[in-house]
Amino acid sequence: MGDPFGLIGRWLIDLVTGWGMEPEAALTLLRFLGAAILATVLLLACFFLIVAERKILGRFQDRYGPNRVGPWGVFQTVADFVKLIGKEIVVPDGIDKPVYWLAPLLVVMSVVGIWAVVPFAPGFRGTDLNVGVLYIVSIGAIGTLGIIMAGWSSNNKFALLGAFRAVAQLVSYEIPMVLTLLIPTMLAGSMGVTAIVEAQKDLWFIAAAPLAAAVFLISSVAENGRAPFDLMEGESEIVAGFNIEYGGLAFGMFYVGEFLHAFTVGVLFSTLFLGGWRGPGAETYPLLGLFYFFAKALVVWFVTVWVRASFPRVRIDQLLALNWKFLTPLALVIVALTAVVDKLAAEQGWSQLLALLAANAVLALGMFAVLGAYGRSVRKREDSLRGNAAALPARSAR
Amino acid sequence: MTVLQIVFLVTGLVTLLAGVMVVASPKLVHAALWLIVSLAGVAVLFVLLNANFLAVVQVVVYIGAIAILVIFAVMLTRRVMADSGPTHNPTWWLALLSALVLFGGLLALITQLPAFGATEAALPAADSLTDLGTSLVDVNRYLLPFEVASVLLLAALIGAMAVARPASEDEEGGA
Amino acid sequence: MIPLSWYLILSALLFCIGVFGVLARRNAVGILMGIELMLNAVNLNLVAFWRYLTPGMIGGQVFTLIVFAVAASEAAVGLALIISIYRRRSTVVADEINLMKW
Repeated sequence: MGDPFGLIGRWLIDLVTGWGMEPEAALTLLRFLGAAILATVLLLACFFLIVAERKILGRFQDRYGPNRVGPWGVFQTVADFVKLIGKEIVVPDGIDKPVYWLAPLLVVMSVVGIWAVVPFAPGFRGTDLNVGVLYIVSIGAIGTLGIIMAGWSSNNKFALLGAFRAVAQLVSYEIPMVLTLLIPTMLAGSMGVTAIVEAQKDLWFIAAAPLAAAVFLISSVAENGRAPFDLMEGESEIVAGFNIEYGGLAFGMFYVGEFLHAFTVGVLFSTLFLGGWRGPGAETYPLLGLFYFFAKALVVWFVTVWVRASFPRVRIDQLLALNWKFLTPLALVIVALTAVVDKLAAEQGWSQLLALLAANAVLALGMFAVLGAYGRSVRKREDSLRGNAAALPARSAR
Repeated sequence: MTVLQIVFLVTGLVTLLAGVMVVASPKLVHAALWLIVSLAGVAVLFVLLNANFLAVVQVVVYIGAIAILVIFAVMLTRRVMADSGPTHNPTWWLALLSALVLFGGLLALITQLPAFGATEAALPAADSLTDLGTSLVDVNRYLLPFEVASVLLLAALIGAMAVARPASEDEEGGA
Repeated sequence: MIPLSWYLILSALLFCIGVFGVLARRNAVGILMGIELMLNAVNLNLVAFWRYLTPGMIGGQVFTLIVFAVAASEAAVGLALIISIYRRRSTVVADEINLMKW
């Protein structure tokens, strides 16, 4: 009862070495097997995630969502998948074949690879890298590469333009994401994801760094390419962007990669800021830790779906202005402030937490003051451009 | 043959083959993609050498930034979607000869090292990552190169933006 | 166990492949790719020496980090220059960028 996952692992190793393999090769084989099982379970979980998202979006929009296939429409994605497999993959002429076929693989690989360092339960994780946080960033960079490859190899100018815009968005939003990833690293004293979860024993990091958590969530949603930042495949604008020329299962891989990434954003946020598998009784019963882990991830994922249903899409210039003029300076100031406060209030415990919260509150107030002043100056300029002095009473009634 | 030796041989072979494809491939975008394979191979070799931090920095900086920049540059500097003209100099055989001579010279040099056949020394007990971090901000150790490198990056950032900016005609009109 | 000689020979080979790329390619971006290969070979050499001879001294990894920073800045400025040249002369073939030849 204490450690079911360790038990299964040891039983498997004993089984394989009983068949005559050396322990080192057996361990390697089991690692490959574990990775394959994890990837398969994730991609199968997408079946239910996608239909759950569609139903939630439907409820937000005051309709039912898919409810024909199976009880409450649960098997809708299975039906979609069967349709996608049956479709002919129309391969356009003049494409660059190896690059064309490799691109969806890289995009899915970049998402599944993140799960290698995430701790599901105490003692149950893929691997314990001491640079886990940076590994997550690096794997995300490979997804960017897959998108360029997809856009370029399609022999289609719109796909190329869509890929350029997508890469501009992804590369830009990596910066606030990496900067705010430094905050849990600083608070835990280590870059390893397992160590960060261990360090949240008494307090979840979202209580010590709410502003950093918010910036991380925004930039992760932008990295994923979900609304309101979904002009990577703005269905109404550039006709699906970089994956125009992909049909059937090749498109299905991009689709699955995007939805799995949305759930992965929830997993990462809950691991880094909400304590991962931590909860009452999780140390003694690892299965309870697994339950907490998925519950927290699903809550954050629900918040991203909520955001998707609530905000309209932003334009590319608004997107880049948001990143370079707002999120990046804010993230830089957060990092500097947290480092200073962390050193000044050096002893752990409530005084450090209060100092960090005070610093965050001061920063948030300063941010709103700056944003308010900027908004007022923009509005004044627009009013003076319109030359409409009679707009003043109407403005105060807004 | 231990597992690690097999991994090293496979990775080394992949890296070298990808490197050959980088310098020999007629299509430049393919050469850029082979460069990415080669860089990933070097990252795996860093992991074999217990330098995990350098391996992930290699992936983030080289593959995630420099390689994407190279691919963009290749795509933006062509008149049509395909390459035009010969991709290698007519005297490429001379380049091959000089590369081979250079390799022979390097081989002669490194075989004379006393540490040539050395096996791995024991890793220190403490994690090298913390040591790396503290050494970069310690005044008595590597603070100066760290600061100089950051100034260099700032200069490169400003310089690249200034150089790649399109020539603006209305210097006096706009803000 | 993997002797140090394997890493040294590998990095020497990679370096020479990069040298061939720099000398034989006509396209300026292709030359830059050869330079990146050479820098990677140097990094590999540095880290191998750090691991095998002095794993207690962190200077090997620091040197490699500085080489990363230098390579990144050189690639950025180099590619910006190449794109700027392409805008003016519509070519990136190294032989044709010869305005300053005597």
